[in-house]
Amino acid sequence: MSPVLGAALDRVDGRAKVTGAARYSGELNLPNLAHAVLVGARVPSGRIIGIDCRQASVADGVLTVLTHLDLPRVAARPKLFPSLFGLTAHGQSFFPMQDDVVHYAGQPVAMVVADTVERAEHAATLVQVNYAETPSVTLLDQGRDQTYEPAKIFGGLLPGRNPTRGDPEAGLRDAAVRLDVTYRFAANHQNPIEPSTTTAVWDDLDRLTLHDATQGPTATQLSVAELLGLPPTMVRVVSHYVGGSFGAKALIWAHPTLAALAARRVGRPVRLVLSREQMFHSCGHREEQEQRIGLGADRDGRLGALRHDKTSLTSHYDDWAETSLEAPAVMYAAATYAGGYRLARGNTITPTFTRGPGAATGMFALESAMDELAYEIGVDPLELRLRNHTDVDPSTGNPWSSKGLRECYQRGAELFGWSGRDPRPGARRDGDWLVGTGMASAAYPVAAPMNPQRARARMYADGSAVVEAGISEFGTGALTAMTQVAADGLGLPFDRVRFVGGTTDLPNIAAAVGSAGSGATSSAVHLASTGLRDQLVGQAVADARSPLHNADPAGIVVRDGRMCLRDSPQTGETYVELLRRNHMPDVEALGVWQPTPPDGGGHGMFTFGAQFAEVAVDADLGLVRVRRLVGVFAPGRVLNRRTAHSQLMGGMLWGLGQALLEATRMDPHTGRWANASLADYLVPVNADVPDITIDTIEVPDSVVNPLGVKGVGEIGIVGTSAAIANAVHHATGRRIRHLPITVEDLL
Amino acid sequence: MRIDCVVNGEPRRADDVWAGESLLHVLRERLGLPGAKNACEQGECGSCTVYLDGKPVCACLVPAGQARGREVVTVEGLGDGDLHPVQRAFIAAGAVQCGFCTPGLIVAVHDLLARTPSPAEEEIREALAGNLCRCTGYEKILTAVRLAAGREHES
Repeated sequence: MSPVLGAALDRVDGRAKVTGAARYSGELNLPNLAHAVLVGARVPSGRIIGIDCRQASVADGVLTVLTHLDLPRVAARPKLFPSLFGLTAHGQSFFPMQDDVVHYAGQPVAMVVADTVERAEHAATLVQVNYAETPSVTLLDQGRDQTYEPAKIFGGLLPGRNPTRGDPEAGLRDAAVRLDVTYRFAANHQNPIEPSTTTAVWDDLDRLTLHDATQGPTATQLSVAELLGLPPTMVRVVSHYVGGSFGAKALIWAHPTLAALAARRVGRPVRLVLSREQMFHSCGHREEQEQRIGLGADRDGRLGALRHDKTSLTSHYDDWAETSLEAPAVMYAAATYAGGYRLARGNTITPTFTRGPGAATGMFALESAMDELAYEIGVDPLELRLRNHTDVDPSTGNPWSSKGLRECYQRGAELFGWSGRDPRPGARRDGDWLVGTGMASAAYPVAAPMNPQRARARMYADGSAVVEAGISEFGTGALTAMTQVAADGLGLPFDRVRFVGGTTDLPNIAAAVGSAGSGATSSAVHLASTGLRDQLVGQAVADARSPLHNADPAGIVVRDGRMCLRDSPQTGETYVELLRRNHMPDVEALGVWQPTPPDGGGHGMFTFGAQFAEVAVDADLGLVRVRRLVGVFAPGRVLNRRTAHSQLMGGMLWGLGQALLEATRMDPHTGRWANASLADYLVPVNADVPDITIDTIEVPDSVVNPLGVKGVGEIGIVGTSAAIANAVHHATGRRIRHLPITVEDLL
Repeated sequence: MRIDCVVNGEPRRADDVWAGESLLHVLRERLGLPGAKNACEQGECGSCTVYLDGKPVCACLVPAGQARGREVVTVEGLGDGDLHPVQRAFIAAGAVQCGFCTPGLIVAVHDLLARTPSPAEEEIREALAGNLCRCTGYEKILTAVRLAAGREHES
């Protein structure tokens, strides 16, 4: 590998973003653009018994008002399916404005289209909707007596109950030390800074172009085409710049299709931007949930049993639970295990992916319980983790594709200064502040799409190259990292390569979700680039006029666009010389990666890490300030140190938010979110940011994908909140078993 | 109503502006300057920060009529042909991710350094208190400010 791979290079999209030149999905200058505004249901449950659009229809600038009475029926009932897998990827099995039933507050019941967004917004307030309201369930507590174990969750891909290992009830009964604790989690919203936005344009040939803020252009294409009853050939999606997502734009919700229907109705391009308030009930959220953990251990803390049960609220029509049990199930060498999901149906949109989906809550529960166990038996929390460390995937007995966790613990402990910690809670004081430290393990599954992942590399006769794949750039740094992968594969300088993504015209890549984007895309880009390199090397070897004629291709290396013999570098020629001599203006190759199967061909595939936190708690006011965070992760190969560390740091700050700030509160009387704005839903601000140290342990992995990339988008948040809560306990002696932890909890 | 103002050094005119329109809307939809972003609609996130007569404002909270006869500078107007040092620092420090909060932050930092060329840590944090970022974890943004202020050795 060349030094370009992993280098902390500047972002290729940096200039466009710092000058304001980058154009997001709602920033296209289109002639005759009209604007759609959605009207959301004001009640959480019931039927629409009357809808009066007369005033709205005659308001200035209004082009049309659509309701369930006149919106065209969609061609198929959507089916919830994770976008990772490369197929249609609807966020829920419900499409609004098809009948008079209201399933949740905020569900679209009307859509106003006008010539300006102000006029559309005004007219939206004039739509009169009358409801026959019925009793609603909007809190887990309201549905608690009617929970059920789903046969399947996660779009039907995972069982509602994890495979049991051994006899966990006996394991718990016979354990010398037992723990049975329940943790509760507030609902969370992703709140990317850019609200979801779609601009829909039909052309003269009835082809639809959607400029859509999405984590997967192809997912939007296939999903909207299905709902409109069109072949995918008639739907093109463009998504160059996306202003953050964190799961909100991972699956495809109603608004792109509604924008398309509005544009068809008015015969003009239509832009539909969700308001910030609408973002809270239009594209899913992390569901309100509770998790019960049972641990059985011997006196030394070695786990004999783990029982992990989750209960959460889902929609009327989908069995959704974020997969909180998966990472905890394989974290430690517990001899016996049982875990399952229970759901309560409620008046909510189907919940969805939120950063660190599943693991962010599941690992909080497990790692909090492990801290409780450490105190119960008087063992250092890090030592307890090491005693339960497992070199095989305990769910299968298979080896890990790679691990690196011991190294993460060791490096993290060094960076943090963990050793010599006084374990006594409440023992350390700094003026008014009680100071404590805590740690936690992190784990997140390495997933891959099911469909082949493709990229195309083309080199021109001047030796420059363009590499293409249909991804969107939503902040991860993918454009930059993929340029590096391509430059490495082709043997070209970084600045001779341009990576292009952002449309469905390009080779198909699945949505970048679940930390799988960098692995999937880098694999296709690597295969396309090395394929093109090998093709050119092969051509040189076959060319009687080449100095490399009849050389062994395996002995040829490429550096800075020049092919030469490894053992005799003066013998060789440049790509340019080869292409010009043969009158070839360009040459290209397609790279196709068939993803590793979910079982890793007999390997457990997870990303691991270790998190450490120091907090100070005001002894009188209960205020928590995080002073330091240290996170060390083993994400396989790092493609760009700078962008990867930024992703990890952002994730850790999300963990801080989950621990201390982030909660969407449901008002059960109205059935609506009570704090649906960026003023009321608290996210970390720069004043909350502690001293954060991040390091990565690059363990080679030849199983997960060609470059051994496990991804960095999710793992950063996992375990942060547990390390913080464990530090709060160490500081105060108080064990808070719900998130977020607020001032009231510590008064 | 008609609005005449100077935007990024050039006289600009917008006609038929509705009285309820924000300055942000006029900049983005009528004057072709979408650099300032619309994200929270309530002055909470700072993504729409622009200069109005030399003072940073949340353009989403400023009625467009207030810009009449006044001078507006947006992120598009900060570079003088080339990138401004603040813009360069954001790229070099890795302070840019999805980019949606970036234009507002660039204007806020530009203003901070114009007033206080060598700000203390607390002054940086205070000056950027009104700008939300969901991607970066902020630390690289603080690094960018130090870099632009010529204090990169402290980052």
